[in-house]
Amino acid sequence: MDGKRRTFLKTSTAIATTAGAGSLGGFPYFFVKDAGAQSTPWVKKGDKIKVGVLFSLTGALAVVETDSNQVVQFAIDKINKAGGIAGMQVEPVIIDAKSDIKVFSEKISQLILKDRVIATFGGYTSASRRAMAPVVMARDHLLYYPTCYEGRECTQNIVNTGPLANQHSQDLIPFMVKSFGKKTYFVGSNYIWPKESNKNAKVWLEKVGGELLGEEYVELGGSDFSSIFNKIRQTKPDFIFSTVVGDSDIALHKQFKQEGFKVDKMPIAALTTGEIETRAMGAEFGAGHFLSAPYFQTLDTPTNKKFVEEYLASKYGKGGVTHYNMEETYLSVWAFKYAFEKALAKAGSVEAITPRMIRDVTPGIRIEDDVSPEGLVYFDETCHLYMKPKIGQCQANGQFKIVKAADAHIAPDPFVIYPERGVCKFDGLHTKDGKVLKNVL
Amino acid sequence: MSVDHFWTAFAFGPFMNALLIGLSVASIWLIAALGLAIVYGTMGVINMAHGEFVMLGAYSAFVLERYLGVPFLACIPCAFVIVAAIGAVIELGLVRYLYRRPLDTLLATWGLSLVLIQTVRLILGPEPKNIASPEFLNSSVQFWVFSLSLFRLFVIAVTLATFAGTWWLMHRTRVGLMVRAVMQNKEIASAHGIDTGRVYTLTFAYGAGLAGLAGAMFGAIKNVFPDMGSGYIVEAFLVVVVGGVGSLIGSLVSAVGLGEIYSVFAYFTNGTFAKFWLFLLVVVFLRFRPQGLFAESLGRR
Repeated sequence: MDGKRRTFLKTSTAIATTAGAGSLGGFPYFFVKDAGAQSTPWVKKGDKIKVGVLFSLTGALAVVETDSNQVVQFAIDKINKAGGIAGMQVEPVIIDAKSDIKVFSEKISQLILKDRVIATFGGYTSASRRAMAPVVMARDHLLYYPTCYEGRECTQNIVNTGPLANQHSQDLIPFMVKSFGKKTYFVGSNYIWPKESNKNAKVWLEKVGGELLGEEYVELGGSDFSSIFNKIRQTKPDFIFSTVVGDSDIALHKQFKQEGFKVDKMPIAALTTGEIETRAMGAEFGAGHFLSAPYFQTLDTPTNKKFVEEYLASKYGKGGVTHYNMEETYLSVWAFKYAFEKALAKAGSVEAITPRMIRDVTPGIRIEDDVSPEGLVYFDETCHLYMKPKIGQCQANGQFKIVKAADAHIAPDPFVIYPERGVCKFDGLHTKDGKVLKNVL
Repeated sequence: MSVDHFWTAFAFGPFMNALLIGLSVASIWLIAALGLAIVYGTMGVINMAHGEFVMLGAYSAFVLERYLGVPFLACIPCAFVIVAAIGAVIELGLVRYLYRRPLDTLLATWGLSLVLIQTVRLILGPEPKNIASPEFLNSSVQFWVFSLSLFRLFVIAVTLATFAGTWWLMHRTRVGLMVRAVMQNKEIASAHGIDTGRVYTLTFAYGAGLAGLAGAMFGAIKNVFPDMGSGYIVEAFLVVVVGGVGSLIGSLVSAVGLGEIYSVFAYFTNGTFAKFWLFLLVVVFLRFRPQGLFAESLGRR
């Protein structure tokens, strides 16, 4: 933010405050936004804690994001039933983002300025995160981004509860090389997350002496893999590493079988093909392939069994499965609850709590075994989670058998393959020449 | 082949296979385009909802198979009939009133496509569905240097059969004669006692039915979801425009040509780059031959 803009904001704040903040209800909200942001508390004593829930309920992303929306509501219901956060009920403000990045950025403004939520849960794609981030940063607000992403960002206004690219492939690539052979072929969707994930995967592949035979990307929504499979037939890899997402992922697995490939000779190791995808493609197309994720529906822990049972029995569980993206979203609500309580202990009064405060107390927060379906996770100083990725193999019923779980928690590192850019810490990206850059996108 | 190299080295077997894949890609594009070509050629209506007819065909097959237990192979003709019926209703209820306003048809059919997508989403849900195909189609055949999935061979066969059937219908039957007459000059055809309104309804229904048939097959090779139509419409338009409006043979030739160009480029480089070259070549081609490869009978409508 440059100096000019800051001055403008201050001036407008001053003017609005003089005019009497809070009594400007008759104006459209964009006239009074900065006045309100400075003078009235985000959460009023005895009121409800308002949070934004911004996922796509229609459009191409609705398949996954509807589940995200539902599980946030499920978690909020659960927390409210148990007495809320610090005795206050949580009220979700639910908005449909319509799978449109313009709607994402527009509606998060509305959530912050008009609805005055204290935090927002939202997004499933990097594109939508990038659409929301500038707004959240400009308002010094708080976004919970609840799914896997590529890293290479160091932000002070976003809390992430999904795995980073460096956590995903760390175990998967060595496991596949050991079990099936050194030669692999990368197939991904053509956008930032697969490309960055593949860069990370290459690092691990190099470490275990693997060999990359080729790397191909298919456009988002693209569904013809015949040319790619022709090259795969030509180069004969030992396994395929896939970062293909959404509908394309389903087409990939279907055509794998239709092209006559055998899953026991050359399986697909994916970062994306979870329970929801295997169900959509038909389990016979998914069976035998591998997925690396921190969570599987079949995880054999009392907490997860209870989570699956309660979720599927609730009014939100009509989809019939739980999956990693859903669980990561579920965790984000708990992360918010704990951080809010921690901030309250620090601030003394709910009216003093700001989104900035909640973010700043997040490092160190632990979501313990008895709450987290995937098992204990905890935040590092950059507001990413330490977690244990697991490798599952899809079975004939579309569920996964866990074949390997990480022994120790793996540290998140958004800049692991870009050491020349610096190290991400609590207060920003520490570059080599000693500068601290805030909110690096 | 190395990752650092953008190009794939030539190898005889895989290259021959890429040519075969080109035919397979062409068959998919052609069957998606055929209905569009007929409707556009005959009626001058650019049907923006054509992709949604493909989607409706896929959903028809899904519903028939999942809820009524109809075997997959029987779902394909059923999808044709169902979507043709929907097409007839749409022609009678909407398109009919817009024949003299081509720009309005564009807008109306686009609106229609949105309505169809959302209706399906509301009724059947946004999540992708899965059409189970018979086990014998879920394998591949190898002969000499070729290797192709049986399902893709099946699509090629159905496309050729449909194409032959359509050609026969247009050129060897009385109905086809009437359609071609209307295509050439609506007023004169009308003066000769042809009920042009009925011809239009039948043509639109037939075009929609072909899209439905295509959708039933695509649903099994790819997957079924409300927005799937948009994934086929661009290539379908390319095939029609390059082939020349109103020419069935033109559509066939252009589908094979475009499919092969795509597949060969995809073999030597990659799919994304191949699409780029394909579109660029089409733009250059249309600069010099805007009427397409085979421009027949562009009479008054």
